[in-house]
Order: sequence, then structure tokens, then C-alpha cells
Amino acid sequence: MEFVLSELCEQVVTARAAQRQLLIRGGGTRLFYGGPLPPEGAASWLDLSAYHGVVSYEPSELVLTARAGTPLAEIETLLASQGQMLAFEPPRFGTAGTLGGCVASGLAGPRRMAAGSLADFVLGTRLLSADGNVLRFGGEVMKNVAGYDVSRLLAGSLGVLGALVEVSLKVVPRPRREATCVLALDESSALDQCLRWRSRPLPVSATAWVADASGAGGKLSVRLSGNESAVRQGLEEIGGEHLDDEAADAFWLGMRDQTHAFFRQQPLWRIVLPAGAPALGLAPVLHEWGGCLRWLAGPHDAAALRDRVQSLGGSACLYRRDGAPADVPAFHPLADGVLQIHRRLKQEFDPAGIFNAHRLYPEL
Amino acid sequence: MDIASSPDERHAIVPDFPGFLARIARDVPAHCILTRPEQTRVYECDGLSLYREQPPVVVLPENEAQVIAILKACHEHNVPVVPRGAGTGLSGGATPHPQGVVIGLAKLNRILRLDPETCVAVVGPGVRNLAISEAAAPHGLYYAPDPSSQIACSIGGNVAENSGGVHCLKYGLTVHNVLRVRVVTIEGEIVELGGEAPDAPGLNLLQTFIGSEGMLGLVTEVTVRLIPRPQLARVVMASFPSVEQAGEGVTRIIADGIIPAGLELMDKRAVHMVEPFVGAGYDLQAEAILLCESDGTPDEVSEEIARVEALLREAGATRLQTSSSEEERLKFWAGRKNAFPAAGRISPDYYCMDGTIPRRHLGKVLAAIAGMETQFGLRCSNVFHAGDGNLHPLILFDANQPDEVERAEAFGAAILELCVQVGGTITGEHGVGLEKINQMCSQFTRDELDAFSAVKRAFDPYGLLNPLKLIPTLVRCAEYGKMHVHQGDIRFPDIPRF
Repeated sequence: MEFVLSELCEQVVTARAAQRQLLIRGGGTRLFYGGPLPPEGAASWLDLSAYHGVVSYEPSELVLTARAGTPLAEIETLLASQGQMLAFEPPRFGTAGTLGGCVASGLAGPRRMAAGSLADFVLGTRLLSADGNVLRFGGEVMKNVAGYDVSRLLAGSLGVLGALVEVSLKVVPRPRREATCVLALDESSALDQCLRWRSRPLPVSATAWVADASGAGGKLSVRLSGNESAVRQGLEEIGGEHLDDEAADAFWLGMRDQTHAFFRQQPLWRIVLPAGAPALGLAPVLHEWGGCLRWLAGPHDAAALRDRVQSLGGSACLYRRDGAPADVPAFHPLADGVLQIHRRLKQEFDPAGIFNAHRLYPEL
Repeated sequence: MDIASSPDERHAIVPDFPGFLARIARDVPAHCILTRPEQTRVYECDGLSLYREQPPVVVLPENEAQVIAILKACHEHNVPVVPRGAGTGLSGGATPHPQGVVIGLAKLNRILRLDPETCVAVVGPGVRNLAISEAAAPHGLYYAPDPSSQIACSIGGNVAENSGGVHCLKYGLTVHNVLRVRVVTIEGEIVELGGEAPDAPGLNLLQTFIGSEGMLGLVTEVTVRLIPRPQLARVVMASFPSVEQAGEGVTRIIADGIIPAGLELMDKRAVHMVEPFVGAGYDLQAEAILLCESDGTPDEVSEEIARVEALLREAGATRLQTSSSEEERLKFWAGRKNAFPAAGRISPDYYCMDGTIPRRHLGKVLAAIAGMETQFGLRCSNVFHAGDGNLHPLILFDANQPDEVERAEAFGAAILELCVQVGGTITGEHGVGLEKINQMCSQFTRDELDAFSAVKRAFDPYGLLNPLKLIPTLVRCAEYGKMHVHQGDIRFPDIPRF
């Protein structure tokens, strides 16, 4: 494996010397996410898929370290064999997806509001830098304040600062019991309900609101996770119709992997909002994360949508862009001061601009 | 003791103090600017009192506009800045710069908004950690990270150090509980990192900023996540005939899929040190005592406690006691929380180390530390955040005895080296500051340290924010410095800390 890594380092050194751009790739399942890819031939692939394998896994330490090219599915199967899981429930887009792509994209799934973001679980990384060196940040321990938290900076960075080659994650036990109930509620009532649960000590681990065919009403699915007593008491308080385990698993998998029919629509916006934000009055829409994540389909005016969302304290990402005007940036524009820090970080970490140009912002 | 900096580093920046003072006089009231030695003396050190440096100027802004004016003036007149919260830090992060200004943010101590519905609070950096939970309590909510100095430490300081606490295995560190910070840059610009909505766009600057020890910007507002307070908490206290078996107990709990609210281990010496001090009822025969807390609804807690008790028995616990009241729970915790003050009572001096190790190496590391006791001729007691591997060896010594300081320093250095060797880190929660800047050279390569410098420059291109901390220069990488407490000569000795 170290031979594979030294080849990758070599490729970076060569690309930098030749001023040639590199596009980092694992399983190639997340290339849709982010800014436009350069035209064919304008950049070379830096393919991490050959650099794979779990380096260490200590279930009793709640830590797993794996090379970036390791398939996410392989990691989750290994964790499941020990009764553990990735708490942030990352989406899988087919079997080829890798850990590196998962961490670089930063996307989390249904459990995000209860468990935390992907970056919350990143303990350490090894980064292939623009100099062709491998740098190690963080480590395999949960508490570590030696140096800046560069590992978490890299989580969700879409490869603009360098290539992740290895990641250590905190993993968690699978809950002893999960149960899902479904309540018939319209959009605003569902949002109100989720907000009320937020300040209650309930083991809600996921919510999803899907409109019904008429668009007037809808169904709010609520998943509870915890030990027997906690889930039983939660179900009593929340009420609704109990969904059998098989149907529930299928439903949440559809949310996690975005295979639910809703996600076939394009263009598709991924909007995040603070808790308590009202219904936007736009459709078709699907909510997760207690209303903090709203998927909005259809050709909405990008500028108007972003102004509206920003005024509510959120941001809007053009998640799947088919059918949207080509000049709409994928990610919500940054404030000037924040963009300035982004520019300087890019300049410091990748002065020649070889890594994943324009994938996060056109300026990087 | 000499402040841990070489003359070269100290004179790298040439500030224009008269220009700076004239500039800030326009925007900052005179009573907020301290220049007389008797006024600035108070600020000569933080919780690590061994490092002292009297600052030439201390400014105590009363609002964000004044912070902006001060930082602009620092930028224009090349004046180094040392931010300061409550001054309870243990790594010298707020030790003044000999030619810099200390900016104390304690006056920005208002809770600006507390929304019980959305479970967030927006607070000034000078608000005390515990004050947030107190304000949230009427709504059944609290702020989870609970460093032991929480009655005194400020949320701004918690952001700077990424503070933890005994409940962080389940509830996370500061980095997991802060949603947004409002920052003034060295150029006097406002930037907001993160937000109340999840997954702010762009690079993850918020979590990079947290734990950056005041070197990237000054915080003027912090938005924190509040969580519902569990209805009940109970703690199991278990005695073990060996440290290894106590470690095995921890392993079994985690392997069973339980994440306890708190999980703390003390070795025999620590138990013998604290028991006479607090009378917590610890088993003096035990080689190790494990505290395991469960929280939630009464049924949930009963279910979990029953499993924990069974698992600890299987691991070889010789005595189990479970708290039956809140009063008893606090009593069980009291010994653990007072380990540092107790050390100060039985020994003239102690060094507190703060390494983190993968827990599977606990037995090996403690055995090695016991071996070092003989090697260095000094005693060491150990308290351990068992859930997350954060080890606090307390090296007991007497600075009045010839060469004990040197031996204690060498002992401490050997422990930190060991932590790095077994795959751990030199600091789990106290920060690098000035104290562990030399050990950074053990843990990181030059290229990695350069990457930290790169992050620093992206936020502070001029190197004016808290210079000389956290990132060692090449020249420094041969030296050592450790926390050294003489005769309880620690700031706020009554505050529990670890």
C-alpha cells in the first residue's frame, strides 16, 4: 500500500511542476456534488481508489482508521459486525463510494441533528499536500487539542486544500432499539411539532416530512433510537401510527441514500435553515432534520431563493443542477470576510491551484 | 522562571505603543485602559502561574465597537495582542506578551438571547460557562460541556481552548456544542463562522477556529446549542483489585453499546490523596476506582445502571455502590473533582500532565509511569477520563529539595513522550499555549507545524494575535517547559480543575 501512496505523491509533484490541475476521485459517486468539473483533458484524475483498506479498528475505543479509497460499504459492514456504526449516517450513492469521498463531501444523513455532523466525528486525517508530502493531523483519540483542528477543516472541503489519504473516525454503538412512527400533518404543523420535540428529552434520531399527492397535507415520519425504555416512552409521547421495522428501515435508507422518488427531480436544491424557520411556501419540498434541512425541487430563481433563505439565517446549495442555468454557483455565496479567509487558505495550502479547482467556489 | 521564549522571538515585533495609545484613546474610555504597574500586575499570568510577564497595557473593552477599534489600532501600530477571558487556563495561553496588549473580554458578559424553543443561546465571550446553564435551567435546558472550572471560566476561553469536561464522551466538547462565533479579525473586520442552521457553506472555519487559542481572531459573540436536561442522573462507584481490571470494566461497558454520561477512573494513590480531603466514601483497599454515570428518564437510567453493574461485576469489581440520591451522586463525584486541590495538600508541589492515550494502553502506560516513579524518585497519582483516554498524571514533588524540579520536569516529559509513542497526544484538553509548545516538536513534523502556520497566516497574516504560542519555531524545538505549581501557587486554587 505504501507503494500506492508514493505513486500518488509522485503524481502530485509532477502535476505541480507541470502546473497541471488534478481532480481527486475515489469511487466517483459524488462528482455531481459541487461546482462544475473542468472540460475533458483539462485536468488529470488523482485516483485514490487503489489506496484502500482499514488500517485499524478498535471497537472498544470507538475509533476506526481507514485509507481514503476504502469503500464506505465495507467500513459500515465491518462496524455492523461489532454492533457499531457511523453516527452521522452518511449517504451512499452506489457501492463504489469511498471513505475519502464521504469525508471530503461532508454530507451527513438522517441522524445528523441527533448525532452531529460528519466533521464532529473526524478525529484525525492524513493529507497529501500540494508539495507531495503526507501530513498527519489529529489522531486516534477523542480528546486532542494539540495544534489547530486541520482534520475538521478538511472535512467537507471537497479536496480544495489537498487529498485526504487516511481518516480516523469516532464510531458509536448501534442503538439497542429503533422504532418509527408516522403522523399525518401538513407542512407547517409538522414544522411546529418538530420544534416542540426539540426542547423535550426525547430520543428522536431522525424526522422526514413528505407531502402527499395533493400537496395540501403530508406525513411526518419520526424515528426514535435508544434503549428499550427510552424508545417505549418516546413512542408514547409522540403517538402516531407505528411503522413496522422492515418498512421503516427501507424508508430511512431511501432518505439516507436519496433513493426516495422525491430525489429523482432536478434541479434539486439543498437548503439548510435554523430550527424554527417557517415553511417557505415553495414546492415540491421534503423536510428532514426537524425542518432544518429542506430539499426543494424545480427551477426556482437562484438569486431570489438565496436571498430569502439567507434572510432566515440559512443557505441554499444547488445540489443536483440538471435543468438549472449554468452560471448558478453550486454553493451559497460567502460573506466577503469569510471568502477572504478561504482565498488565503487556498493560497497557503495549494498556491499553484492544482487541487479540485472551482469545485467549492469559483474563486478557489 | 523565564518565560518560554527566546530573545529572538520576543523582539521580532517592534510595536509603536505611543501611537497605539493615542489611537485607542479616541474610541475607548480611559477607565478601560490600564497602564499603571499596580493595575496591570493582576494580568501577569493565567491559571498557569509559573509563567509571568507583566503586560505594558491591558485594555478591557465594553462592547464590540471598542474591540474593533483596539484591534485596528494594534494592526496599524504593530502591537501584539493577547486575548484573555477569565484567566483560568492551564497552559499559559493568556500569558502576556512583553511588548503586547492584553485584551480582557470579561466585560462582554451579557447573555444576548436565549431561545428555549429553538434551544440556542447567544452570549458574549465573557459569560461564564455555568451562567449559561443557570440561565437555561428554568426552561429545562443546559449547556453540556462542563469543564471543572465552569463556575469561573468564560465561554470565550472555552472556545479558545476547546474545553471538555467529565461528560464529553456522551455530549461532546466545545467544538460539538458551539453553532456560531462572531469574530473580529486583526484587521478589525467582523466575520461570522458557522450559524444556527446546520452545515454552514464553505470550509469548516468554525471548528478550525475552536481550540485555536486566541491566535486567529477575537470572539465577540458565541451561539451555543442547549439541550434538554435529563430527568435523572445516577452514578455507579466500583472498586477494582487492579487498574487493568478497571480498564476491562470500561471496555465491557463500551462493547455492550453503552455510552455513559461520565466515566472516570482513579488509581489507588489518587484515591488515598482525595479521600481524607473530601470524605467521599472511597474504598481505600481498591487499586482503582471507576465512576460510571448514567442519565436519562428514570426507566432508561434503571435499565442502563443494571447492565453497567452486571458488566462491572463480570470485569472483577470487588465492591459496587450506586448513588440513590442527587446528594450521594455529588458526593461520589466530589473526590474526583477535587483531585488537584487534594494534590496541593499532600505535596508541596505538583505537575499536572494532560496526555491522551488509546485506552487499550492504559495498563501499560500506568505500569510505565509506576516504573518512572522509581527512576525519577518521585510519586505520581493518576486520574483518568476513562471514556476518552485523557490521562492526568499528577507528579508530586518539592521544589525546595535540590534537583526535584528537574526530576519532575524530566518525569513529565517522559510521560508525554510515552503518550505520543502509544499513539496518543500531548494535550487532551488544557491546550498547548506556552506550556507544551516544545512537545509540539515531538508530536508533529516540521511540515505539519508549517501547515499550522499556514492556517495562522490565513486568519492573521501579520502574526500579531497571541504570538509565540502553540506553534514552536525551529529554534525552540530542543527546549522543554511544563506546568509547575508551587505550594498551591496556582491562580484561584479553590476552583476544581482537570
